[in-house]
Amino acid sequence: MHNEISHLESLEAEAVHLIREVLAELEKPALLFSGGKDSAVLLNLAMLSVKPKKLWIPIVHIDTGHNFKEVIEFRDSIVEKNSLNLIVGSVQESIDLGTAVEDPNSNSRNKLQTVTLLETIEKYKFDALFGGARRDEEKARAKERFLSHRDTFGQWNPRSQRPEIWHLYNTKHNSGEHFRVFPLSNWTELDIWKYINLRHLELPSIYFAHKREVVRRNFMLVSVTELTPVLENEESFITSVRYRTVGDMTCTAAVESLAGSIDEIIVETQATRISERGATRVDDKFSEAAMEDRKKEGYF
Amino acid sequence: MELLRFATAGSVDDGKSTLIGRMLYDSKSIFEDQLLAVEKTSTERGDDYVNLALLTDGLRAEREQGITIDVAYRYFSTPKRSFIIADTPGHIQHTRNMITGASTADLIIILVDARSGILEQTKRHALLASILRIPHLVLCVNKMDLVDYSKTEFESIKSEFEEYASRLDIKDITAIPVSALTGDNVVSRSSNMNWYDGYPLLRYLEEVYIGSDRNLIDLRFPVQLVIRPVSDSQVRDYRGYAGQLVSGILEVGTDIMALPSGFKSKISKIEGPEGDLDSAVPYQSVTIRLEDDIDISRGDMLCRPNNKPNIGQDISATVCWMSETNLAIGRKYLIKHTTKILRAIPTKLHYRLNVNTSHRDLEATTLELNEIGRVDFRLSNPIFFDEYKKNRETGSFIVIDETTNATVAAGLITGAVTAN
Repeated sequence: MHNEISHLESLEAEAVHLIREVLAELEKPALLFSGGKDSAVLLNLAMLSVKPKKLWIPIVHIDTGHNFKEVIEFRDSIVEKNSLNLIVGSVQESIDLGTAVEDPNSNSRNKLQTVTLLETIEKYKFDALFGGARRDEEKARAKERFLSHRDTFGQWNPRSQRPEIWHLYNTKHNSGEHFRVFPLSNWTELDIWKYINLRHLELPSIYFAHKREVVRRNFMLVSVTELTPVLENEESFITSVRYRTVGDMTCTAAVESLAGSIDEIIVETQATRISERGATRVDDKFSEAAMEDRKKEGYF
Repeated sequence: MELLRFATAGSVDDGKSTLIGRMLYDSKSIFEDQLLAVEKTSTERGDDYVNLALLTDGLRAEREQGITIDVAYRYFSTPKRSFIIADTPGHIQHTRNMITGASTADLIIILVDARSGILEQTKRHALLASILRIPHLVLCVNKMDLVDYSKTEFESIKSEFEEYASRLDIKDITAIPVSALTGDNVVSRSSNMNWYDGYPLLRYLEEVYIGSDRNLIDLRFPVQLVIRPVSDSQVRDYRGYAGQLVSGILEVGTDIMALPSGFKSKISKIEGPEGDLDSAVPYQSVTIRLEDDIDISRGDMLCRPNNKPNIGQDISATVCWMSETNLAIGRKYLIKHTTKILRAIPTKLHYRLNVNTSHRDLEATTLELNEIGRVDFRLSNPIFFDEYKKNRETGSFIVIDETTNATVAAGLITGAVTAN
């Protein structure tokens, strides 16, 4: 009999336990799904928490309208295959309504997602949203609880977080407030890849090395698309790249890579000396507290 | 590969951030862009060294005030083990933070400065480690370079600590002389301290045996969810009990009893994340199926018929108060214990413990923020509990203030209330 459980099994068991607590104690949970690798792992954990029952909570995608087509295809195929209930919150609709206002100096809709996310939560009266954020991603995230309380404005108050002790989660809240729930808090980027390998999970194809036309901008490789065209003084070239994260096309960069399989990606991830967000996120570099500020406003 | 969760306690002055930074850096767990950002901020702030505390101080207020407010989590791994560090601040909200960071820890590192030795704070950390029953304690005597790597200095700190700890209840204590700044005995063995024949810190963390820390004897399975996919025609008759095994070993064929009903059955299946298992160990999350259809719901507990937890609604507990609103004897609170939420009234405060001196104040009438005491509770319904020292999961609870929904206290059950 095997008496020890591996570190991936421990992380999996911890996440499943939290998901089950939330499903049992909250009335209207939903799961945030971006089509990225973390949300693929999260969705898998949620499905196996209740199997063989079908996962009954809705899957929420906050759609910036600036998606990689491979990611949307992946989202739709996962939803179809598992007969899930998909809710799409459209940033374009918030812009049309006038509740989200585009920054004339930037075509990134990353910040605007917060508006649409909070509108979607309010519309469906969700009281808990599972998200795939990890503490190793960013130092403001490293301070956040598994079960993170949000007030009626969706705001996070880092100074008055509830202590989280043993495995006892306090899900009490007033009406109109909600929780963000982060079952992957203790996972690292490498854990995610090893888990995808262990449980044979599917991912969008852009996570694997492929040839793509890119330009080099601020030391990052940006894909040439209608939204991110070649700028003056830039020269595009075709090279083999993959994505370490998938987000809004305007603020997600690729990394040079020949890794075409999960095994090869694991080797690369073990050797890399640049963090996931540092290598690929154009939007976190404005200030030391960029993430904390967005989170306080209600961001993922 | 196994996972080790450890907490670190000590203040910035003890070189805690430097020690953590050293472990992360030497195990290649700090990324270059993160280090560059820290270097840049250190220069901007006018620090004359690379302030590794900035790696963990993730909140704006922490960076501005140069203090750590909340527990920070860091991750690293070596080829032998994966590690989760809960870095707990030394001064601010000390008890609340340490309990938050250390409640699930396998091990705690308590850091002292070799020049100042054992302080009041060191004793407080040791006392809390003992109350929380963290199985392994490492006393890290840091800044050995500043005391000429002296064996005498180290031995005297070590014996003073051991003398104090002998009055506490700590299973396993190891003292290691290190210099986080120079790296002596952190990752590799120090050539400056040939008199020390133990492991360097990281090697110790890789080797310390944690397999026997779990309770493999007393089968306890609090039911989280009953899974009944009635609308799906293919699995309509399915009935499974989902939960996390908190102690004992589950095997197919095991006789079980459900509490509170007392109905008995046998385990027919254990379903894991990827198919059926022959057995499960703590803390696996599984779904159990039974040979008989008996009435079980969330909040119930499965155990062996000849090894039951205590059942009762009058419990006595060591309580760590974590709220700015003081404990009110006689007021109604909520508690969460395993998968049950119920009403509770604290009926008696036996004493307040001075965490610095271990003195028991029998005259105390309340507990304030960061204070610890022995409290009796009357519960609205019976719970299935063990003493905390026998079982971390069935012996612990949190107290919730119904008016604010805040988690106001942590409770460690010492037993049933005895009539007196």
